[in-house]
Amino acid sequence: MRYLPLTPQDREAMLATIGAASIDDLFCDVPEAARLDGPVDLPSHAGEMAVERQMSRLALQNHAAGEGPCFLGAGAYRHHVPASVDYLIQRGEFLTAYTPYQPEIAQGTLQVLFEFQTQVAMLTGMEVANASMYDGATSCAEAVMMAARVTKRNKAVLSGNLHPHYRDTTETLCRMTDFPVSETAPHVAGADIDALIAAVDGSVGCVVVQYPDVFGHIADLTPLADACHAAGALMVVVCTEMVSLGALKPPGAMGADIVAGEGQSIGNALNFGGPYLGLFATRQKLVRQMPGRVCGETVDADGQRGYVLTLSTREQHIRREKATSNICTNSGLCALAFSIHMSLLGEAGLNRLAAWNHATAVQTAERLAGVPGVELLNPAFFNEFAVQLSKPAAGVVDALAEQGILAGVPASRLYPDQTDLANVLLVAATETVEPEDIESLALALTKELAA
Amino acid sequence: MSAMNTQGRPTKPEASASSDTAPATFTGNRALHLEEKLIFEKDSAGRSGIDMPEPPKVVDRLGGLSRGEAVGLPGLSEPQVVRHYTRLSQKNYAIDAGLFPLGSCTMKHNPRLNERMARLPGFADLHPMQPESTIQGALQLMQQLSHWIMTLTGMPAVALSPGAGAHGELTGMAAIRAALEARGEAGKRRKVLVPDSAHGTNPATAAALGFEVAGIEEDSTGRVNLKAFEASLGDDVAAIMLTNPNTCGVFEYDIRRIADALHEAGGYFYCDGANFNAIVGRVRPGDLGIDAMHLNLHKTFSTPHGGGGPGSGPVVYSEALAPFAPVPRIQQNADGTLSLVEQAEGDAAQAFGRVKGFHGQMGMFVRALTYMLSHGADGLRQVAEDAVLNANYLKARLKSEFSLPYGDTGPCMHEVLFDDTFLKGTGVSTLDFSKAMIDEGFHPMTMYFPLVVHGAMLIEPTETETKNALDEFADSLLALAKAAKAGDSERFTQAPRFAPRRRLDETQAARKPVLRWQAG
Ligand SMILES: Cc1ncc(COP(=O)(O)O)c(C=O)c1O
Repeated sequence: MRYLPLTPQDREAMLATIGAASIDDLFCDVPEAARLDGPVDLPSHAGEMAVERQMSRLALQNHAAGEGPCFLGAGAYRHHVPASVDYLIQRGEFLTAYTPYQPEIAQGTLQVLFEFQTQVAMLTGMEVANASMYDGATSCAEAVMMAARVTKRNKAVLSGNLHPHYRDTTETLCRMTDFPVSETAPHVAGADIDALIAAVDGSVGCVVVQYPDVFGHIADLTPLADACHAAGALMVVVCTEMVSLGALKPPGAMGADIVAGEGQSIGNALNFGGPYLGLFATRQKLVRQMPGRVCGETVDADGQRGYVLTLSTREQHIRREKATSNICTNSGLCALAFSIHMSLLGEAGLNRLAAWNHATAVQTAERLAGVPGVELLNPAFFNEFAVQLSKPAAGVVDALAEQGILAGVPASRLYPDQTDLANVLLVAATETVEPEDIESLALALTKELAA
Repeated sequence: MSAMNTQGRPTKPEASASSDTAPATFTGNRALHLEEKLIFEKDSAGRSGIDMPEPPKVVDRLGGLSRGEAVGLPGLSEPQVVRHYTRLSQKNYAIDAGLFPLGSCTMKHNPRLNERMARLPGFADLHPMQPESTIQGALQLMQQLSHWIMTLTGMPAVALSPGAGAHGELTGMAAIRAALEARGEAGKRRKVLVPDSAHGTNPATAAALGFEVAGIEEDSTGRVNLKAFEASLGDDVAAIMLTNPNTCGVFEYDIRRIADALHEAGGYFYCDGANFNAIVGRVRPGDLGIDAMHLNLHKTFSTPHGGGGPGSGPVVYSEALAPFAPVPRIQQNADGTLSLVEQAEGDAAQAFGRVKGFHGQMGMFVRALTYMLSHGADGLRQVAEDAVLNANYLKARLKSEFSLPYGDTGPCMHEVLFDDTFLKGTGVSTLDFSKAMIDEGFHPMTMYFPLVVHGAMLIEPTETETKNALDEFADSLLALAKAAKAGDSERFTQAPRFAPRRRLDETQAARKPVLRWQAG
């Protein structure tokens, strides 16, 4: 077996040194009834070529998003990832290192985290950020828990236009801890800030609002922040498409107390939904209630600048049941990919990338709005918008998939109980969408809706 | 050769002073030790490492919410960026470079085939919300992985979605909570028993779900103290969270008895499977009476740790808990195709909810299944055997100079635990000892964990090390132990001397946290 270097002679010699007659002796503490005397009922080992063949066969049974026009979003976005990002994250010194618990020999990872935290803080307009969470949905759930610790109020209001996976993830955790959560109704015609403002009172710990929201709407969140702060509540802003903040006013500039984001769309492939990159940013004064690892600057014994994991008295390995979260392993390598992509883009590149996304989405929206049976629902949007079709969206999406077109995400997949959303289609257009793709989608939709 | 030396170029080094007395360099660099500024401190001239043409002109629809202020990012070309991260990477220790004996972390070799497979466009370029007709291969992969996991663990159900081990714990314990609710006992059974030796994520998980944590002490062998355990059982107990093999590196031989007593008392058995590498292919947790257990694919199944993540923490469930497993699930249709069940309804009506966006860590599933297929049932069994053999070998090689906290009462599993008794009176702490290992070119072992042992040193070599590498490691550790005992404490207290940085001031970092770079 190519990954196992011990030879039979090594094993003999080692057993002799140990003073054991056989390997079985080393498993003597396992109850006899539970010892398997032979391999379990699964195939035997295989060489690289054979495994590669088997895996490739599975891969070929999928339709890769890049094989044709792709307009899917709803929390995961297909962007171009530069070649050097994927090269650098595969350097063994990054890929095969552990969490930087020995900082003297992990300054590479630590400096990356410090730079990553800075980039996330800059992009969101917040003061500080942590070293990552599992994904946007778990970041959102953790933000609600943190808001409860800060405000000492176990009550949250979630926007109906929050991605339903984020809502469900948050509600699962809240339900387990008898933490009441209420939701406003989904509002496909526009960001429903007024309903959220109306739901804020002195018992609410936080309000969670998505920006751009799951239907692609964007709205100034300042009035909501003001209402929250007047009631002593925090405003948690969820962002699932970080590229948008290259063009849009950042949540920090509109009074956000916590930003819980999904960083996949910068530097990370679609990967069928994971691993992704939970982003978590907040205000400096709340940092001791923040979940997750965080890297800080310090000096070494010679006075040289260096970096360490810090504020660990918040974390499970020190605080155990009193920790701010149970998270340990996070999304380190995805954070590295994000950070490298941000470094490559730079200010000018990020602005341009955001502009491309918006321009492509505007062109797509304008073209689709001209298709009979399609109505654009968004007054404003970044790179994703909702359209009302003259037919149930799920069937249309399936029909277009047969033609190799990934037309969008039917709202019914996210809101199966919401019959009023059955005809709503969520359409995202990133810089990877070409004019011919837009035309293909428009023509196929025209045909399908007329049929 | 001499023809090359006609320009007065000396070819033989002169006998020189020791490098200890070498003058500081003008740059601060020391040959291959290259200092690297923060990316924000590099010269920045509006460049970009990515070329994109001017975007099409459109009337903007940003609703007056354009970002007025700059983000503040520097502008660099691709070569500058590549060099920055290459230099940073060279400040890291990694498995690719050497032995990484972090106990409980299973730092084994990460095969590159796994990376290649994860990057096949049919996996990497798949959107999580694509129609089912376009993702049948992905669902088959998840089903195959589930089959391998269920067969290896001997358990009837699995939830793939958790993001890492701790998240798996949460997903397992949430099902236990849901099962208690279904029994109408969630209000009464609020206590979760957690051995004092447990990983911090165990009590943190229990607390995150609103349970009260009750510690259980260990016995004189590092295992659960059965008397203390049995005394704490009652109708207020929801579950035990027990790691097996445990964090002291030994197998809980009374595990069946623990499971039976617990079930008798109406509680559930959560097993922390972080140490599954010791028993994979040789023992099925399903034969031990457990109700739920997570696996860390980033430990046992070699998905790379990536400097902190991502991981993947699938959870297996017993028949009793299976109905409460979260969504999404995979379902086989009458026509043989596969579907994702994304809502808690129908057959999944009792699902306790969702723990994560989308369907789990697909990129890790591809890597783990590739690893499983490569090893096969026979190779995985060999993994456990060699992992246990290597740890016992190190134990045998080291025990003359190191101290075993519970005595030499039997074999260890895949890791060996020492305490700091052997350092008593030397003025050298476990921390000092670890830092001296850095100077010797090794990553230190896990230190100060588990908490039940003073100055713990938990060594897990894994199965991917050669005997020679283990011998070199053991020889160095023995030499260090002897040096400490001989009074050479400065070697330790001043270490590391040769790493990119000397010891870092953690107190200052925590007292006045500087968590980001600030302009000017
Ligand atoms: C015994 C034990 N339990 C749980 C965990 C948590 O796993 P993860 O870091 O994947 O969340 C770890 C890993 O650090 C561990 O060693």
